[in-house]
Amino acid sequence: MLAMAPLAGAALSACGTSGPGGSSGGGGDGKASWWYLSGDPNETIRKDNIASWNEANADSTIDITFFQNDAYKTKIKTAIGAGQAPTMIYGWGGGTLASYAAAGQVMDLTDWLDQNPDVKNAVLPASYGPATIDGKVYAYPNENASPIIFYYNKRVFEKVGVSAPPTTWDELMSLVDTFNQAGVAPIGLAGQSRWTSMMWLEYLFDRQGGPQVFDAIFKGEADAWSNPDAIAALTLTQDLVKAKGFIQGFESITADSNADQALMYTDKVAMMLHGSWTYAGMKNDGGDFVSGGNLGWFDFPTISGGKGDPKDTCGNPGQYTSISSGASEEAVQVAKDFFAKGIMSEEIVQKFVDSGQVCIAASAADKFAASEDKDFLEYAYGLTANAPVFQQSWDQALSPATAEALLSNIDQLFSLSITPQQFADNMNATLGQ
Amino acid sequence: MATTTGTAPARTGPGAAAPAPGRTSEHRSTKTGSVAWMAIPAVAFFAFFGAVPLVGVFVLSFMQWDGLSPSPTWLGLGNWTSILTDPVMWRAMGLTFGIMIFSWLVQTPISLLLGVFTAGTQKYRAVLAVLYFLPLLMSAAAISIAFKALLDPNFGLAASLGVPWLALNWLGDPTLVLFVVIFVLSWMYVPFHSLLYQGGVQQIPKQMYEAASIDGAGTVRQFFSITLPQLKYTIITSSTLMVVGSMTAFDLIFVLTGGGPGNSTRVLALDMYLRAFRANQMGPGSVIACLIVLIGLGLALFLRRLGGKDANSSQMEGL
Repeated sequence: MLAMAPLAGAALSACGTSGPGGSSGGGGDGKASWWYLSGDPNETIRKDNIASWNEANADSTIDITFFQNDAYKTKIKTAIGAGQAPTMIYGWGGGTLASYAAAGQVMDLTDWLDQNPDVKNAVLPASYGPATIDGKVYAYPNENASPIIFYYNKRVFEKVGVSAPPTTWDELMSLVDTFNQAGVAPIGLAGQSRWTSMMWLEYLFDRQGGPQVFDAIFKGEADAWSNPDAIAALTLTQDLVKAKGFIQGFESITADSNADQALMYTDKVAMMLHGSWTYAGMKNDGGDFVSGGNLGWFDFPTISGGKGDPKDTCGNPGQYTSISSGASEEAVQVAKDFFAKGIMSEEIVQKFVDSGQVCIAASAADKFAASEDKDFLEYAYGLTANAPVFQQSWDQALSPATAEALLSNIDQLFSLSITPQQFADNMNATLGQ
Repeated sequence: MATTTGTAPARTGPGAAAPAPGRTSEHRSTKTGSVAWMAIPAVAFFAFFGAVPLVGVFVLSFMQWDGLSPSPTWLGLGNWTSILTDPVMWRAMGLTFGIMIFSWLVQTPISLLLGVFTAGTQKYRAVLAVLYFLPLLMSAAAISIAFKALLDPNFGLAASLGVPWLALNWLGDPTLVLFVVIFVLSWMYVPFHSLLYQGGVQQIPKQMYEAASIDGAGTVRQFFSITLPQLKYTIITSSTLMVVGSMTAFDLIFVLTGGGPGNSTRVLALDMYLRAFRANQMGPGSVIACLIVLIGLGLALFLRRLGGKDANSSQMEGL
């Protein structure tokens, strides 16, 4: 057991040495710096993006460094706390951005964006929500949206003799019985990852009570979690669990191994609620599952008596890049130039669309038609662009402390070890923290 | 030797092999005085990476800090009272001790027997020993990811071997997951402790066994009357490492379960991490860090006491 401590140390120091060392603040060889996530297709897109930017702008060059997702989340926090942040801070907006803003570590971009409407309007207006804190914009939305989509397996539907996906919650519940009787698990869920289960609550809260239920929670209003609509949505969730809606043993399935996607393309489940990025995953790993037209998608069902607009969408409305308030004036200027001309250039937008992502550029709409994933991309873009409310993922929207408590309570809600009322009580205790 | 080869790349020819004679004699002359300064690198290293952060954590435990704002604010005992009355922390404490005790109960007998076996002279022993030690070469993160994949109810071991009863809710059942954690921890650390016991067994003088077999003692009797008593200090060392290691068990559980389902595998070290780095509450995180240090230290001292007052006396009397 001794080996544990040294191993943990080695893992930490490995993270440390893989860092850029010198390129903190506005340092390095470039005039500005940017930390970004590793992993294709976006790593290659950005690598080429920065290479051509540096070639064209020899006096305002940018250093880009790539980090693995989870390592990045811890590293960026530490770097910001230590005053060693890169010029441009990649992020997800919401509660984490709010904590940076409260600590005075990111620049207020409101005035600059108002003075440059071309830059401001280059991306969908709906994407500004998570970047806006107390009426001020602290990050520039860019890249791609990841709406959460209800997928279904047409092969399984056909085999069991179900003609169409459900449009109401009651239909969904009766389909659960149909599929269970036919010996197919109705819904795939990677419950061990917890944020996957959270997506159900996001949609159910909205369909049941409308966006104001979560708004009250977000604002920290007292007892916001025990709103009758919230309790009703939590009860519906447990009804679905009790009706064996989710595949047996879903609490042991993890999303990071993409086992939930595999359940879909191996015909082990009929439906799955998941982020839009899983389309590409199932296309790559599922053989002819996607290309053979076996994957379908539909709007999240409505609830009878529910107050939410059926067009409301949940997920991540985009990526959010902020400028460090510790950056030099010169670095800030480079970052602003890059926001205006480089981060969402025509060429970059085209590349995102080509890679099958739901690019949030206003100009992306016309580009989907030529894609081989046209049907899916147009559906997902429409879901994003036409949503009256695009609810950001709760674990991103809430403060880090609340998000942590939320995930562990969701786990217990889905395993039926706490009641909806206990869930609400536990979460009410975190309000205003 | 390492320093002389490092500092003398320019020197070639026969003189290069010998260390500089002038410097060696200098060393000798200082040795007659105090050699305390030779400990400076080690002490400095410990002070910088051990003592300073420890003091920092202690101070931080009285402060409120999110890890982002430039300056923490003083809070007094607030963090301590909130943590010491937090049921989540007490649950984590209980779990930590539970895992500690069960890991010890599982790992000690297995390591001891494997150690004794690999210290012998049987056929194929070396080959088997290499196989047993393989887990030692893998990182905790890699082991966790591999086990996560193996335990997947639909695509894991159960599906590939075609054994349906293996398809349990391994990581999703709040009770079962504890056994999974203890099993994977043991799988990972048994090789290390076997290595300790192998070394310990090889130190036991052969004459003892010869004398015992002349007196008619069989293998089992020899094991309980010679091997086990002779391994007393190895057992204490190995147990100390296991117990203190359990206090800080983090990486494997973090990757394997993340503390879930719910809080059922949220051990103390994980609780500390989640509070400090996920929830941005450095103060409460530091309180738990202090608790871990205090309890770990206490346990280590207690186990040392177990060695008895004659801890430094010989076990080899009469040989």
